[in-house]
Amino acid sequence: MTGALLAAVELHKSFGSTRALAGVSFSIAAGEVVAVMGPSGSGKSTLLHCLSGILAPDEGTVTYDGHELGRLPDAQRSLLRRTDFGFVFQFGQLVPELTCLENVALPLRLAGAKRKIAELAAVEWLERLGVADTARKRPPDTSGGQSQRVAVARALVTGPKVLFADEPTGALDSLSGERVLKAMTDVARASGTAIVLVTHESRVAAYADREVVVRDGRIRVSEWQ
Amino acid sequence: MLGIDTECIVGVMSVKHALLGLLESQSRHGYELKHSYDEYFTQDKPLNYGQVYSTLARLLRGGLVEESGVEAGAGPDRKRYAITEAGVTDLANWLTKPEEPAVYLQNTMYVKVVLALLSGREATAVLDAQRTTHLRAMRELTQRKNEGDLTDALICDHALFHLDADLRWLELTASRLDELAERVRAS
Ligand SMILES: Nc1ncnc2c1ncn2[C@@H]1O[C@H](COP(=O)(O)OP(=O)(O)O)[C@@H](O)[C@H]1O
Ligand SMILES: [Mg+2]
Repeated sequence: MTGALLAAVELHKSFGSTRALAGVSFSIAAGEVVAVMGPSGSGKSTLLHCLSGILAPDEGTVTYDGHELGRLPDAQRSLLRRTDFGFVFQFGQLVPELTCLENVALPLRLAGAKRKIAELAAVEWLERLGVADTARKRPPDTSGGQSQRVAVARALVTGPKVLFADEPTGALDSLSGERVLKAMTDVARASGTAIVLVTHESRVAAYADREVVVRDGRIRVSEWQ
Repeated sequence: MLGIDTECIVGVMSVKHALLGLLESQSRHGYELKHSYDEYFTQDKPLNYGQVYSTLARLLRGGLVEESGVEAGAGPDRKRYAITEAGVTDLANWLTKPEEPAVYLQNTMYVKVVLALLSGREATAVLDAQRTTHLRAMRELTQRKNEGDLTDALICDHALFHLDADLRWLELTASRLDELAERVRAS
């Protein structure tokens, strides 16, 4: 596929006798926001894990920026995950003992940045996500919506090319969820980051540029676009 | 253009009540009524004067509104209108009475799905096409919501929740197609 930053071809993945993916192909261009929809258990998270190199598919290939993930040595694949990919999950991704500022600075610190530099960048990202006031608080002392925006800031602070978001608003009430989605898609679009947005909710998928639907481990493409 | 009509928030049937509601706080001239109405309730398509005056005439006949003074000069715009006690009662009744929950596209979609199954066409394609169309409309509404003010957000959310309900129904129907196909073919 031309112009694809990340592409998967004919992915198969089983867990024991459970077929999670049964021949899924998918691609996303740089800066594009794509919703991966489908009912619970249809294979959305498994697809996200395969696309991001967290899981190896049983069959099929995932190519990112010209590199086939399955052929990269482990060390290079995990480096790529840290430098080029960002992750946001439903909850529980922040370190509760650290302040929100320290949480956002953490990926930069792990990559070797000096504390001052990392925290300056972190403040900037907290501001962009509209949660600068949480900087000194610890995640358990913020609301669910604030935590998720902090998590988005942490995922984007390294300037990834692809943000993987798995039901990022699944644990929030509608209004907080909307705010997180708006902040996340606005900021990603402004910085040219592509988003793979996994969700079973159409109201969430409506924040994407287009959607694909996974059902029984396959992607259905509507022929009547 | 959206496939859904959100241009005019107030349905034709309730222009009457909208005008009554605007008159409740203060008496107004016809043109003032029109401007308030447009400000509160219309997006792109303003209410025309003809409709304002014909609605006011109906309200006058029904005793829900009265003339509260004619100023010097000529023309219909010189008249002020005020709500009557009967008008307040009518408005209050309308405000507290829930609207009939409307049936949206289910009927048409149901007919299409059944006809697809009967004729051996792929019913999932009917559902998928509808989902694609719905999601496209939802994307447009979401964009409009996010670029607009609070009023836009409230209007768009209303439409979004209805489309979301349709989509849930489509999804559920998709998972019941085999069952439905058996029923359809058996009868
Ligand atoms: N680590 C695992 N071990 C066993 N089964 C799994 C595992 N991960 C996913 N599955 C199964 O694979 C299927 C797809 O799961 P998942 O990708 O999580 O779906 P979704 O995210 O759409 O809800 C489900 O039947 C699920 O139970
Ligand atoms: Mg999942």
